[in-house]
Amino acid sequence: MSPAIPLLLALGLGLAGWLVARARAWTFKRTAPHGRIAALPSYHAWYAALWIGVPLLIWFVLWDSISQQLVFSYVLASPEAATLPDFGLRREAILIEARTIAEGSATRVLNDESYALAEPFRQAMARFDIIGIVIGLLIAAAGAAWAFLRLKPDFAARTKVERLVLATLLIASLVAILTTLGIFVTLVFETVRFFGMVSPLDFLFGTQWNPDPMSTSPNPDGDRYGAIPLFWGTLFIGAIIAMIVAIPLGMMSAIYLTQYAAPRVRAWVKPALEILAGVPTVVYGYFAALTIAPFIRDVANSLGYANASSESALAAGLVMGVMIIPFVSSMADDSIAAVPQAMRDGSLAMGATTNETIRRVIVPAALPGIVGGVMLAVSRAIGETMIVVMAASTAANLSANPLESMTTVTVQIVALLTGEGSFDHPATLAAFALGFVLFLVTLALNFIALRVVKRFREAYE
Amino acid sequence: MSERQTSAKVAPTRTPAFEARLKKRYASERRFKALGLSAIVFSLAVLVFLLATMTINGIGGFQRTEMKVPIDFPSMGLSMNAQIASEQEAVQRLSGQGLREVVQFSAEEALGEEAAQNLNGEAWRQVAEAIYIDPGMLQREEVFWLPASEDLASAYAGDGQIALQPLAQELAEAGNLDNRFDTGFLSRADATDPQLVGIWGALKGSILTMVVTLLLAFPIGVLAALYLEEYAPKNRWTDLIEVSINNLAAVPSIIFGLLGMAVFLWLFPSYRSAPLIGGMTLALMTMPVIVISGRNAIKAVPPSIRDGALAIGASPVQVVFHHVLPLALPGILTGTIIGMARALGETAPLLLIGMRAFVATPPDGFTDNATVLPMQIFLWSDEISRGFVERTSAAIIVLLAFLLLMNGLAIYLRNRFEKKW
Repeated sequence: MSPAIPLLLALGLGLAGWLVARARAWTFKRTAPHGRIAALPSYHAWYAALWIGVPLLIWFVLWDSISQQLVFSYVLASPEAATLPDFGLRREAILIEARTIAEGSATRVLNDESYALAEPFRQAMARFDIIGIVIGLLIAAAGAAWAFLRLKPDFAARTKVERLVLATLLIASLVAILTTLGIFVTLVFETVRFFGMVSPLDFLFGTQWNPDPMSTSPNPDGDRYGAIPLFWGTLFIGAIIAMIVAIPLGMMSAIYLTQYAAPRVRAWVKPALEILAGVPTVVYGYFAALTIAPFIRDVANSLGYANASSESALAAGLVMGVMIIPFVSSMADDSIAAVPQAMRDGSLAMGATTNETIRRVIVPAALPGIVGGVMLAVSRAIGETMIVVMAASTAANLSANPLESMTTVTVQIVALLTGEGSFDHPATLAAFALGFVLFLVTLALNFIALRVVKRFREAYE
Repeated sequence: MSERQTSAKVAPTRTPAFEARLKKRYASERRFKALGLSAIVFSLAVLVFLLATMTINGIGGFQRTEMKVPIDFPSMGLSMNAQIASEQEAVQRLSGQGLREVVQFSAEEALGEEAAQNLNGEAWRQVAEAIYIDPGMLQREEVFWLPASEDLASAYAGDGQIALQPLAQELAEAGNLDNRFDTGFLSRADATDPQLVGIWGALKGSILTMVVTLLLAFPIGVLAALYLEEYAPKNRWTDLIEVSINNLAAVPSIIFGLLGMAVFLWLFPSYRSAPLIGGMTLALMTMPVIVISGRNAIKAVPPSIRDGALAIGASPVQVVFHHVLPLALPGILTGTIIGMARALGETAPLLLIGMRAFVATPPDGFTDNATVLPMQIFLWSDEISRGFVERTSAAIIVLLAFLLLMNGLAIYLRNRFEKKW
């Protein structure tokens, strides 16, 4: 059943309920004493519409997941399913393909067995769709009956509707907690499974990273899952090379824009710098891989360094640094702006030049905010994915030479999860363990950074 | 006169050492200023270089190498009546009548055997589509510009097979081979041949994904912002909600991919690589951005408006939905557009939930297999052929144009509706 049908059904019936209830509420005006009713007719209308539409929608969402299971079991019980291979990927592929044929979204598929199964699928889906719609209509009728029986001149429809609106608002804000919880539970759950196979000590302190998604041994060799080279690569690219680019450039840009530039220049340059942050990371990745990496390799070669990699850490780090510049500069901008004008005026009045004022007075005063900004920038850089996926290598390498290839946590997550490995394989689970480490580190960095920034802000208020 | 005399009597404050020091300090001042300026110039230069590289590479991507093939239909004996229902059917029928061979034969007649071999294998489809649009064509002779093969195209561009380069040169000199603006680039979907690829499949996937993202993230974000700003009591629960929203805004995008992979693909295993799942994942990522900007916009609405409404008897819900929300909406929209622009350029989470499949037909609905524009760029960037390099840059230009449009709209809205209370 296409999702449009239940949606239109709910909207249509809700609208019908709305119109009928409003008409009915208007009739109350005539019968009620003094022609007053407890709520405006439109609130009566909304009360009825919500009682019809909301349960209907909830039912269809539920039914969508229930009926999928029911359809599968119906198809598996049909005589055509007897020819299916026992278990495994092929069986699932055939089932999914048969369903796409039955839905009419695919006309040709890879497995011929799918065609035979399409007919039972079609029957099952038609049958369960009808069951779903009939039950849905019953639910809507029940909701309508409940609502209409309560519509009376002295019925406080507005309070009821508003209570529901408030509940909706509360639920909407709970989505954030649910998402956080979802992330946390997913990561912890899969990480615990991973640590059931590989010791956490091997993972956190091992220096050999070489997982094999194709190996079938149930108990993998812990030596292959040492994540230190990944942590180092991440740190080296994101926190060292990128920051060497981003901190001076970002700081100097912010200082120039706040202290020297004319307002007109500032009005144009600031948004232009912010474009750098708005360029999609996949574009940066392409730029790094296509233009910067070969350039760096050629320069290194011409300088006599023969082993420069075309996937060097330097290329990825430089481009990532450029991406981070506006981030650092706007954080520095904010904290410089927070330094009271009196401090700057005082220093200038003593005869200091502008740059002395900046270096001796403004930057030290703004330092906590700048440090906080840099930490946020680092947390962003180590979580950045596309630049390193496209420009850095997948080979783990524990080295301090920026011209060598290196890999990062995010690259490995992508590499491990876009391969062919199954969900139970330690190599797949390792990706979640890496994700968990990344999550904790970035959260910690953000938490500390925000704390530092906040404390600093209060100092001048 | 007397003033000058008195000042001459005072011991000189500017000793030579002082002068030297001052000179040094001013020099350092100038250096510092130049340093600041050069930081900005460098950053902007990188931006300009990036955009220029993409544009220069990408302009070629909007073109393709095409051959001039005149086809004299009346002498070929094709027949097609005008009542053919669908394009698909028309192409199949014409193929059954030997259109493919007709095109090949005409190319041989006009350009020679070697050139005809380097006509793209799918070139006849373009002829079939043209006939479908204008069946009257079959009564006359028509000149077509048809895509050349990938090999010939790269030979014409000056690399690829050396053996083909003389042929390309010869054809080009005769005016029969040229790089022409490829009108189909915006209307076709992905393919394996750079001469035949288009961007519409990915663009449509992006649009569908963004629709899902917007439909989920905008209402949830706005409602959550309203709750937190207007109704939430100050207690531990509210703090928890606030902290988790701020944290979500800082979580790396790839973590959302892990969540989408583990939760959404587990709930809906059959919608792998569908815009629905992609949109849901991106919505989780965009929602905190909308909440945060929404709260700022709501905070900017002055309390006097709320008090006024309450004073004449509005309920708290009426205050918010009749007064506060309409006033805050422009600000919320600005934040939403910025969040959506970020989601539009996002690739990493979609990579994990499987939107990296090769999809040769544009998706028709929210549950079809699809890919998105940044993902298309990523997939093409893995192709080594020169044709794909240009196509990738062209796709990047389209993506950047969209982002610029969205950001421009956000800036326009901000300026248009900015209010001082």
